[in-house]
Amino acid sequence: MSQQHRPSTKGLALELIDIYKSFGKTEIIRGASLSVAQGERVAIIGPNGAGKSTLFNLISGRFTPTRGEIRLMGQRIDGRKPFDINRRGLARSFQVSNLFTRLSAFENIRCAVLWSMGHRYAFWRFLADLDDVTERVDEVLEMIKLDKKRDHLAMNLTYAEQRALEVGVTIAGGSPVILLDEPTAGMSKSETTRFVRLIREVTEGRTLLTVEHDMGVVFGLADKIAVLVYGEVIAFDTPERVRADARVQEAYLGSVLADQQVASAAA
Amino acid sequence: MTIDETRAAVHFKPLNVGRWIVWGLFALLLIVAPLWWTSGFALTMLSQMGIAIIACLAYNMILGQGGMLSFGHAVYSGLGSFLAIHTLNLASAGKLSIPVSLVPLVGGLAGLFFAFLLGYVTTKKSGTTFAMITLGVGELVWSMSLMLPEFFGGEGGISGNRVVGNPFLGITFGPQIQVYYLIAVYCYITTAAMFAFTRTPLGRILNAVRDNPERVEFVGYNTQIVRFLAFMASGFFAGIAGGLAAINFELVTGEVVGAHRSGAYLLFVFLGGATFFFGPIIGAILMVIALVLLSEWTKAWLLYLGLVFLFMVMYAPGGFASLIMMNLRVAAFGKLRRLWTSYLALLGTGLTVLVGGAAMVEMTYHLQMNAAMGPDVRFMGVKLDATGLDAWFGAAFTMVLGIVLFEFARRAFRQEWDQTQEEIEKEIKRRESL
Repeated sequence: MSQQHRPSTKGLALELIDIYKSFGKTEIIRGASLSVAQGERVAIIGPNGAGKSTLFNLISGRFTPTRGEIRLMGQRIDGRKPFDINRRGLARSFQVSNLFTRLSAFENIRCAVLWSMGHRYAFWRFLADLDDVTERVDEVLEMIKLDKKRDHLAMNLTYAEQRALEVGVTIAGGSPVILLDEPTAGMSKSETTRFVRLIREVTEGRTLLTVEHDMGVVFGLADKIAVLVYGEVIAFDTPERVRADARVQEAYLGSVLADQQVASAAA
Repeated sequence: MTIDETRAAVHFKPLNVGRWIVWGLFALLLIVAPLWWTSGFALTMLSQMGIAIIACLAYNMILGQGGMLSFGHAVYSGLGSFLAIHTLNLASAGKLSIPVSLVPLVGGLAGLFFAFLLGYVTTKKSGTTFAMITLGVGELVWSMSLMLPEFFGGEGGISGNRVVGNPFLGITFGPQIQVYYLIAVYCYITTAAMFAFTRTPLGRILNAVRDNPERVEFVGYNTQIVRFLAFMASGFFAGIAGGLAAINFELVTGEVVGAHRSGAYLLFVFLGGATFFFGPIIGAILMVIALVLLSEWTKAWLLYLGLVFLFMVMYAPGGFASLIMMNLRVAAFGKLRRLWTSYLALLGTGLTVLVGGAAMVEMTYHLQMNAAMGPDVRFMGVKLDATGLDAWFGAAFTMVLGIVLFEFARRAFRQEWDQTQEEIEKEIKRRESL
């Protein structure tokens, strides 16, 4: 590895330094680098198969990078287990709802806060006596507007409610860095608008990375856009500048952006 | 109200009256059961039921609550039995001073120790791999029982004597009734402890691991540790059941660690219902009835057991507990009365099928095994000629008639049931919108 150890820059929430990931002979991520400052909201866009979800899986510890460094708040996290990375302050959601289906909405959120509130593997305390946990869970349920569905099993919730619960489970533990993988996938337009507002609210003051296809969501949510094409970040800047970037236009965005602009102007 | 009072009101947790009643009834039932049911082997049965309840509940900690399918859980109850009988024998020899009432705890600690030792390897994996490893560990321990006769006692097993030491308040544990109450006390305490476990952070995360282990890793938990801890807890309680069995039978043979025993735990916990906490209690009672009573009544008991199991898997995969809960739900909405007639029809036609089918099974078994004793079979108080055409025709006719009628009853029931469920859904929606 030619990568030299370099001290991390202060104020960075997340740093990817020349990440590679291959599955067999196929290289999916090819030298991706990205520096996200604390409190920044970043949308990762790119054509299908660009490696967006793979990138999330690398950051959250589902996969280990073949090469390169990932730093969370200055500490190296590449190769660490998902639970370890979560304990260090990073939480993620999934593209396909990934919930505890046979538990209620309340229990789903409760499972998500137990570790961060210090209750760990305790079997000598009753859940019902943990007032701080109950309070926090009810607070989160209210934030994601599921307080009325508190005792419904996750599997019996509507699709939009499951998406909200998915985000709730992600943010409940209070991690400063949040990764949302296509949070609005499969939602109707009106649902999406409401949901974007909800995401803004619940991630207030935190660092947010999101993978998104809907350009309306991207522009509504992100301070910065990272464009991922064939496993490389070819542009990382404010929405306006990314839109104007010639390389981005050429590689991917031009046609999509024009379509979306027309669509949103018409709407 | 002051702020403090308001806060107190918010945090006021009223005692759950229903729960106190259930636990009170459970205690009462354990106390009065031997006084109320006094036939010949009632005490034997009740003692075994108490032990089986602990073992099945312990097994369900990992099966129903943790989603871990173990094919070798008898290892932990069985090794608990062996350690307990050896402890009992040491006490008899005067080498160890321990009251008999604490010997089950030795079994529990043995179960805990072996679950720690073997479970560390087992719980590294989940799903099918986990199941295969438990199978392997089970076979390993079973083969050890043949290789180490000093510890396992070979074919004859290890026998002991539970009347050890000075009687405490006149309790010698000689009479079966005293052993029963020892088992009842352990049964009550361990059941309460295992129920309490489901209400703790670890207990809840165990459910989460069952539902979606991947997501659990992303909320900060190491699923391997969660599984390992639950496995050890389960091993501890299984070991207590094993220790009680050693005191109860005063004999421990190698089969208590074998695959048959492990299979019985799995089968009856499933029959009772793994998705509810109390399901395994039903399963345990059925287990003792099947293994003790049914095997006395008929040689074909394994066949009947297999059929019951097949039927349950197909029609009620949630076990008896789920059947009870579904009907309680219907009752709660005041609609059970409407289903009464259908249930009677199902029961009547089902029994007809059973009588016809069982007559043929019994005649077949008789011809195969007892033919030397003449052609007559006593079946439900009637003498049947197993070689005669009349008996076979009658039995076949009864069964076929039963099947046809049952199918009609089943269809009618299905319709009524679906309609009831629909009405309940509507009612729930209506209440929610209020």
